[in-house]
Amino acid sequence: MTDDDLAALILARIADIAPEADTADADPAMDLRDQFDLDSMDFLNFAIALHEALGVEIPETDYPRIRTLDACVAYLRGKGVA
Amino acid sequence: MSEFRMPSLGADMEAGTLVEWFVGAGDTVARGDIVAVVETQKGAIEIEIFESGRVAEILVGPGEKVPVGTVLARIEAPGAPVKKASAKKAPAAKAPAKKAPAKKVPPKKAPAKMAPPKPAPPMPPAGARLRISPAARRRAQELGLETAGIAGTGAGGAITLADIEAAAASAPGPAAAVPAAAPAGTPQASMRQAIAAAMSRANREIPHYYLSRTIDMEAALGWLEATNARRPIARRLIAAALLLRAVAVALRDFPDLNGFWIDGAARPAAHIHVGWSVSLRGGGLVAPAILDADTKPLETLMAALRDLVKRARAGGLRSSEMSAQTVTVTSLGDLGADAVHGVIYPPQLALVGFGRVQARPWVVGEDIAPRRVVEASLAADHRASDGHRGGLFLAALDKLLQEPETL
Repeated sequence: MTDDDLAALILARIADIAPEADTADADPAMDLRDQFDLDSMDFLNFAIALHEALGVEIPETDYPRIRTLDACVAYLRGKGVA
Repeated sequence: MSEFRMPSLGADMEAGTLVEWFVGAGDTVARGDIVAVVETQKGAIEIEIFESGRVAEILVGPGEKVPVGTVLARIEAPGAPVKKASAKKAPAAKAPAKKAPAKKVPPKKAPAKMAPPKPAPPMPPAGARLRISPAARRRAQELGLETAGIAGTGAGGAITLADIEAAAASAPGPAAAVPAAAPAGTPQASMRQAIAAAMSRANREIPHYYLSRTIDMEAALGWLEATNARRPIARRLIAAALLLRAVAVALRDFPDLNGFWIDGAARPAAHIHVGWSVSLRGGGLVAPAILDADTKPLETLMAALRDLVKRARAGGLRSSEMSAQTVTVTSLGDLGADAVHGVIYPPQLALVGFGRVQARPWVVGEDIAPRRVVEASLAADHRASDGHRGGLFLAALDKLLQEPETL
């Protein structure tokens, strides 16, 4: 999976949680919570969705490392997502 | 034979539009079954029935808008002689809305203890029902699109806004040309009106008093983090669940904050059904009830909260959840304001608010240390309680949050 594919997968998870969000224009460096109006429940659901899609364990202490699209891609790569 | 009526789902609901029946004449129904969907100013709500029996006849058909209290169907008690289920589909329509409810006046004969209907079983009976997000339903209505044939791509096969737009784009005719704006008269505007009516009444009738207390959250959050570190991701808790649990438990000793003001007197509620404010994407909010929140263990409460928020946004709230609230809690989340100065949802007695959790220099013993704190606030009805009581409530809430392991 290319970085673009991974980013698309991440944004698709956001779109499930926030159907009204315009994920096509995502700013890769901006906090996803600010960008798509995600609260803590949404963010937990986002982490669960990533876990389910990719099988990656994401401890709560790592949440700050998946808060932007770029950081999230890098984090998932670091977790061995090919 | 009994009558199944259009329920009142909130202080200012006057009428509802029947969207869909899940049962027909001759069907057997059991207490707690979801039998219909009604569109209200606050979106589409699944309506439960509170008795068992057999549907004798349906009196109001899909698409009809009728006042609260209108008989929607007649139900025969179980065991009653089966009358040749007169397939005579009652000339439905114009259900004579004889008893239009008195507007904005609370029920005259409010029992001393307002015991809301027994909560329905947690899961609705399985059935292939149309899952559609409120935004999608709204948009479909604007476009005049039939939603039944549209394939949903959202969670659980739900029809999303994107599905509606896609269907509209591929549909022939002028439908796709309708502008997306929500002018007056649309469901979006009507939710604004419902909020406007309830909040205007609150500020007109309820003499609010406001208190707040900054609560040190290190103990609670530390406990939460340690607990979550041991849990698989799907079973983790969020701070909001802990706050909700603490409020519900603290309220046990404060009946003057949990209940209603009706006919010139405070009516403490027999249960603690916490209305949890959920802001809706695209505007508006609903505060459906977490039933018996004080008796649910934290884990159960977390699951209930997840489920409730999901249904508030995707559609599927139930009538019991929209009518049972005895108090409201609003938590503005991590990114918003420092504190809430709430407006009580009439005829409730209080609203508890939480601002965002933030790190602050804090005096701990003799030292100043960085601590995460949250400002808890109470807006309460001064007719039912005084500031002293409110202060004691906030102190009790604080104490509970210092002992999170007991929650």
